[in-house]
Amino acid sequence: MAQVFHYSTNTLARASVVIALVLVGGGLWILLAIGRTSYITQQEVVREQPVPFSHSHHVGGLGIDCRYCHTSVENAAFANVPPTKTCMNCHSQIWTGAPMLEPVRSSFRTGESLEWTRVHDLPDYVYFNHSIHLKKGVGCETCHGRVDQMPLMFQQNSLLMEWCLDCHRNPQQYVRPREELFTMGYKPPNGNQAALGEKLVADYKIQSLTSCSVCHR
Amino acid sequence: MELTQPHSHNPASEIARQKRAEVVGGGHSFGSMTDKIAAIVLTSKTPIGWFAGFGLAFTLMALGLGSIGALLFLGTGVWGVNVPVGWGFAIINFVWWIGIGHAGTLISAILLLLRQQWRMSISRFAEAMTLFAVACALLFPILHTGRPWLAAYWLLPYPNTMALMPQFRSPLLWDVFAVSTYGTVSLLFWYVGLIPDFGNLRDKAKGFARYIYGFLSLGWRGSAIHWHRYETASLLLAGLATPLVLSVHTVVSFDFSVSVIPGWHATIFPPYFVAGAIYSGFAMVLTIAIPLRKFYGLEDFITMRHLQNMAKVMLATGLIVAYGYAMEAFYGWYSANQYERYMIWNRMTGPYWWAYAALIFCNGLMPQTLWFKKLRSNVSFLFFMSIIVNIGMWLERFVIVVTSLHRDFLPSSWGMYVPTVFDWALFVGTIGLFSTLLFLFIRFLPMIAIFEMRTILPATKEPSPEGTAVQS
Repeated sequence: MAQVFHYSTNTLARASVVIALVLVGGGLWILLAIGRTSYITQQEVVREQPVPFSHSHHVGGLGIDCRYCHTSVENAAFANVPPTKTCMNCHSQIWTGAPMLEPVRSSFRTGESLEWTRVHDLPDYVYFNHSIHLKKGVGCETCHGRVDQMPLMFQQNSLLMEWCLDCHRNPQQYVRPREELFTMGYKPPNGNQAALGEKLVADYKIQSLTSCSVCHR
Repeated sequence: MELTQPHSHNPASEIARQKRAEVVGGGHSFGSMTDKIAAIVLTSKTPIGWFAGFGLAFTLMALGLGSIGALLFLGTGVWGVNVPVGWGFAIINFVWWIGIGHAGTLISAILLLLRQQWRMSISRFAEAMTLFAVACALLFPILHTGRPWLAAYWLLPYPNTMALMPQFRSPLLWDVFAVSTYGTVSLLFWYVGLIPDFGNLRDKAKGFARYIYGFLSLGWRGSAIHWHRYETASLLLAGLATPLVLSVHTVVSFDFSVSVIPGWHATIFPPYFVAGAIYSGFAMVLTIAIPLRKFYGLEDFITMRHLQNMAKVMLATGLIVAYGYAMEAFYGWYSANQYERYMIWNRMTGPYWWAYAALIFCNGLMPQTLWFKKLRSNVSFLFFMSIIVNIGMWLERFVIVVTSLHRDFLPSSWGMYVPTVFDWALFVGTIGLFSTLLFLFIRFLPMIAIFEMRTILPATKEPSPEGTAVQS
């Protein structure tokens, strides 16, 4: 009786083993990789804002302290987005006619708040508190990046849970002295974060909090 | 006995031949046996009874799918589980199905290593039964999450974006590994065993079926090197599967015994669960084998010896299970712990006393009938017994799960568990799924291993004209 399949199907069968491995392996790899792309995380994606506010100009150029606008960052969960009045402290004196700032002036006239698009938006099931992070020596830059070099605001880091846990599991890698919290471009003395980190973890009594209910309350 | 007959030059081989004669009857030759088994698959005429059975099974499966739809659409609230009975039908049915699967692995792996030739005619469909039972069992833990599409990161360790691993100290995670290993090894074992028969069917089939069986036979030609590799592979897989017979249900029993609930926290659970698994598994093999041999006229291959051997295994494992019940009661009393004592007393006389009484009737009293050879050789009675044992083992899991949980430590949190119509529909649905798969298996694959049966035909063992016996 004739063979059902041609002899060449032997090669095909062997090749299909390799192809199947590549497809399954590649498919799994794509599934794992896609969740970490900026398409999902919005990392480094610049959002549309009502006014093209430049942190680079105000922080990097003029040297305004973070806390001038984000007033409650040291004492509350929320760092605070400043009211229009904070902008008008200066802009009632300078650039008073700039067309770019018209939404600010109109907001001041009408009392309607500017509707900023939130850039660092954690899911609602995550509890996050700014003040405790500052108390334990986590600088602004550690999470938000070099804000002083961002003409338009974007999210420097992925904000994925694996990113949070990276620090929560090993805080000594990232903490800095409390005096340096608002410094942009901070470098540990002699570049020796390892020694400093261990010391700060001990001094500030930093715990490695990784229970679910720390953030998911 | 014919040991004194002059032609019997070797008494030992004579006894062996007579034993073989019971394993396969009817004076079959290689050809007639192959044709008989292959014809069930290759015939163009599907019996009307098959359609009736398949239709019923498929309807039940559709009922189960409806229940799953309601579960996914409305949430796990459609089930009867709530505080304090948080584990209901899902775990009862999971353990029941996993237990049933164990007989297939025992028959195909342990009995293969022990060279028990009587296993050959029942091993193929017992292995199929294992696979289908594991498929039914797996539905429950996946569905009980309520959101099965998210179950991957609850069940499997993989580098997810939450940097989260499942809790490796939890027996529920050990379950995932035990059952998935079990499913994989069972599937491989079953498929490897089918390859020579696929080759056989390919050579006999006509038309398009040739291509299907040819594809599945993976180029099997039956050369000496193929057989050599086949033997090595099946021995290795049998070696892998053997510890699984013991380990899988041990791990399943850890789901209970590792906890600190009175009625669950007992060291006897692993051996008692394994024995119960084999007990229920052999009952299910009988439930399937008895109608099969009748409707397809396979009495020559699945002989009374098979049925009786399985009844003996049921009796032995049933006694271990009954010992387990006795020990549970003894532990409850001997612990001198008021919660343990109350639990066992409540189990026997509380609101679920009927379940416990039925359990003792099915698994404690009824198996004792199998001591009698007369009852062991009555096919109708064995079928009846197999159903009783299946019910009994389901009740065992119901009693363990529900009576241990429903009276919590605090009387203020006592409650009752009443399964809803969706619970029942899903349970019946898995029976439908199991039967549907089984009907498809019977129709499209050889339910008895043809090539293995050839080795135990009396013709194989007869001295050839040259005077040398053919080795099996």
